[in-house]
Amino acid sequence: MDRKDIIRKSLIGVAGLVVMTVAGISFYQHRHYKEEVVISDQVQVKKLADYFPELSGSVNDCNIYMVEGSEPGATIMVLAGSHPEEPAGRLAGWILVEQAKMQKGRLIVVLSTNRSGTTVTRPSGAYPQLYTIPTAWGGQKFRMGDRWTNPLDQWPDPEVYIHYPSRQNLAYMDIRNLNRAWPGRANGTLTERTTFAFMNLIKQEKVDVVIDLHEAELQYPVINTIVTHEKGQDLATMASMTLTDFEGFSIGTEFSPVNLHGLSHREIGDNSDAISLLLEAPEPFLDATRGITGEKQLLEGKDAFVVKAGKHGLLYAPIDENGWPIATRVGRHTSTVLQILQSWNEFHPEKEIVCEGVPKYKELIEKGVGAFLIDPKTVDKGKVIFE
Amino acid sequence: MNAILTEIISILYYALIAFLVVLIIYNMIKTKDWKKEIVYVIILIPFLLRLFMLK
Ligand SMILES: [Zn+2]
Repeated sequence: MDRKDIIRKSLIGVAGLVVMTVAGISFYQHRHYKEEVVISDQVQVKKLADYFPELSGSVNDCNIYMVEGSEPGATIMVLAGSHPEEPAGRLAGWILVEQAKMQKGRLIVVLSTNRSGTTVTRPSGAYPQLYTIPTAWGGQKFRMGDRWTNPLDQWPDPEVYIHYPSRQNLAYMDIRNLNRAWPGRANGTLTERTTFAFMNLIKQEKVDVVIDLHEAELQYPVINTIVTHEKGQDLATMASMTLTDFEGFSIGTEFSPVNLHGLSHREIGDNSDAISLLLEAPEPFLDATRGITGEKQLLEGKDAFVVKAGKHGLLYAPIDENGWPIATRVGRHTSTVLQILQSWNEFHPEKEIVCEGVPKYKELIEKGVGAFLIDPKTVDKGKVIFE
Repeated sequence: MNAILTEIISILYYALIAFLVVLIIYNMIKTKDWKKEIVYVIILIPFLLRLFMLK
């Protein structure tokens, strides 16, 4: 190797190092970005590890927001971010935490159910790492996430994922899918330990209903619906009928298949006293035939290619050039959660839950998501929590 | 037991990556072809990002 070779190799090596450093810094910043949540005096913040100390110090030791009314009543838990690439669920959760004023009962909200999944985006997906919700005070940034636990936190995947305890065989990568890892186990993978901790929480806090917020691609048959465990069939059916009649959007009900394991709507209902429900809103960003996976598509839900797929009859939900804007998707979730509380009260007048201050579907479409996010700079430092 | 086994497999996985990094750098130094040098550097980037636990 002569002098010329050494210089050339060094230059190529340094160029590679520069590319790696720039990419590395952006990945690091995304993984460690701090999202702000403003809490009121009614909110108490616990950690998931309070229910399973072995999770303490891990990436999935997420915040648990407890919003408690002055009068006793039912306990309802909302899980957002089981799949962190479905932002409407997390944003609906943010609005619940920042806006809910409980009169009766208790609302438990989780914004980063699979926190690890919020620290990574899909490899080769060209997703935005962060997205901004416009607000009157300049906008609030959120981490875009992935469907699965970050491979940095749980790796490698097996050839076949054998679900515990059913021994059902699932796709290999779904070993990192939190909504295939219920009810979990104490000595399992990070994802299984996370759901195990949540099962402890549900039992200890005597949660009556768990609502798991999701979004789905329009090419997926389970969409615009409430998926319910058999224990929640009356509740879900009543809620979906009332919503379709009075809120201006239609939402169906589907029953959780008895033999499909690992999902929250099946396992939480089977393994605790709680009723388990799962909500699906439409997210064209996730469709296989979508165009550019940019922040614009994520927030506006407009995509000419998905519209074209619809014209070929390939979709299970309607879409036109107006798309599925984020406010519409978040509004579906907040309205459905509120209606589930209302319907719960009709079935359980002795154990009511009353929540005020949370905007519904029409109000969200009219004012936008940003109108219901509180500026962290206007409150006491102690009232700002980081996700 | 399960958790310990997973931990061991994860450590082996990172050892494997470190080995490949050394191998790629060795090949990059050995080759005389500048096009191959560029290819080796491009291949190296994802391995380094994983080794440093960045992606
Ligand atoms: Zn989902």
